[in-house]
Amino acid sequence: MTGRRTTLYGAHAEVGAKFTDFGGWEMPVSFDSIRTEHEAVRTDVGKFDVSHMGQISVTGSDALELMQRLVTNDVATLEVGDAQYAAITDTDGIMLDDTIIYRLGDRDGDPSYLFVPNAGHNEEMLDRWTKHRDEWGLTATITDRTDDYGMIAVQGPNAIDLVDSLTEEPIETLSRFTHTTTEVAAIEVLIARTGYTGEDGVELLVETASAPAIWSALECQPVGLGARDTLRLEAGLLLGGNEFDPVENPRTPLEAGIGFAVDLETDFIGREALSEQLEAGLKESLIGFGLADRGIPRGGYRILDSSGDPIGMVTSGTQSPTLGRPIGLGYVETDHAEAGNEIAIEVRGEPKMGKVESLPFVD
Amino acid sequence: MAIDVRDDRRYIESHEWVQTVNGTVRIGISDFAQDELGDIVFIELPDVGDEIAEGQPFGVIESIKAVSDLYAPIEGEVVDRNETLFETPELINESPYDDGWMLEVEPADAGDIDDLMDADEYESQLA
Repeated sequence: MTGRRTTLYGAHAEVGAKFTDFGGWEMPVSFDSIRTEHEAVRTDVGKFDVSHMGQISVTGSDALELMQRLVTNDVATLEVGDAQYAAITDTDGIMLDDTIIYRLGDRDGDPSYLFVPNAGHNEEMLDRWTKHRDEWGLTATITDRTDDYGMIAVQGPNAIDLVDSLTEEPIETLSRFTHTTTEVAAIEVLIARTGYTGEDGVELLVETASAPAIWSALECQPVGLGARDTLRLEAGLLLGGNEFDPVENPRTPLEAGIGFAVDLETDFIGREALSEQLEAGLKESLIGFGLADRGIPRGGYRILDSSGDPIGMVTSGTQSPTLGRPIGLGYVETDHAEAGNEIAIEVRGEPKMGKVESLPFVD
Repeated sequence: MAIDVRDDRRYIESHEWVQTVNGTVRIGISDFAQDELGDIVFIELPDVGDEIAEGQPFGVIESIKAVSDLYAPIEGEVVDRNETLFETPELINESPYDDGWMLEVEPADAGDIDDLMDADEYESQLA
């Protein structure tokens, strides 16, 4: 089965990328090697096609109220040009998705937001937003813009210099989690100082038809989903489907370690459940861990305590290209979650010794 | 980059190769296999003295993105293994046919090798 293709598919195929299915999209998994691509982002700069991410716009006099009631963070704090990370939870506080919300310029005096659900989640989120708008008698206009936009991330210590050399307006003064609109190669782009690698950098949002011109103007290492995963793992960032999944691995944002994106003073779906969980204390928590023994932790492997009793489950793991040793994320009973605690990962029946580590693994 | 298939050895469907060297048989994985796996970061091999059985897994190879079993092309006893791979598994990416060899095996029946695919047959399987 062939998945959907981004408008950059042809450019990727031309340079010999290997492809994989991700969220129903046929995406490049690697261009050269994961190690080469990973290192380019840690030491220089790399570009990622993230056009498979969804985009939904929410505009109107009550757009803020609708957003506020459907995401965990305090959207009211966003000024025009700000961006914010948030979770989307159900009434039990279970994460359905995580997202970045951009506050765009006002439309006819009304606030306007664009939020970015994960690949393949745009239709579900469009339905969720529409259903609740109607239920609550609100009037905001909700539009799925996923097909209208291409998205390119440029990440690494030299990312800002590279993008700055191409933009009409300077972008080096752009603060983290803010965005601006300018031109690259005479094409209008929204540039946000955000990313998913633990490095400095930006994400560019452009009209779909213009994405190939922007992609080729950005002369740097192309990076596939393979290195995107090792980079975000080293940075201790969550991946939907691994660290949370409403069906396979139902987790609240508190368990997932993103309490900073939850504002319990605001009134959103899931707030009561999260307040109760906070009061009762977390039974399980996300940890980062490293192994001293040789072996690669993988999602689904059991986490054991130092005496060999099971205390949790790995959600993601790899051989860290930067550190040259095995690292991973997983959930354990909270009383085992302190950094420095000795744990073991059961790899094909063999316990491999390691320790809980504080996140991120790589600053 | 073109895939290298050497005609001085034989292959099996799961992309392991065998080559007779001074009466023993070397085993490794093909250039195609290392390219498909990507960055190799871990390998598990049997001990010297262990028996391997044709068509059965003899070890595990892991790249950053995947875990795969390694399959024995023939039956025999392990007489040597490439210890350098434990520290530098990336040798399998860099040199799958030479420095990246995995095992040397004393075959139960030296004639078994002739039943395996030659380079032409293996290459047509890749097409």
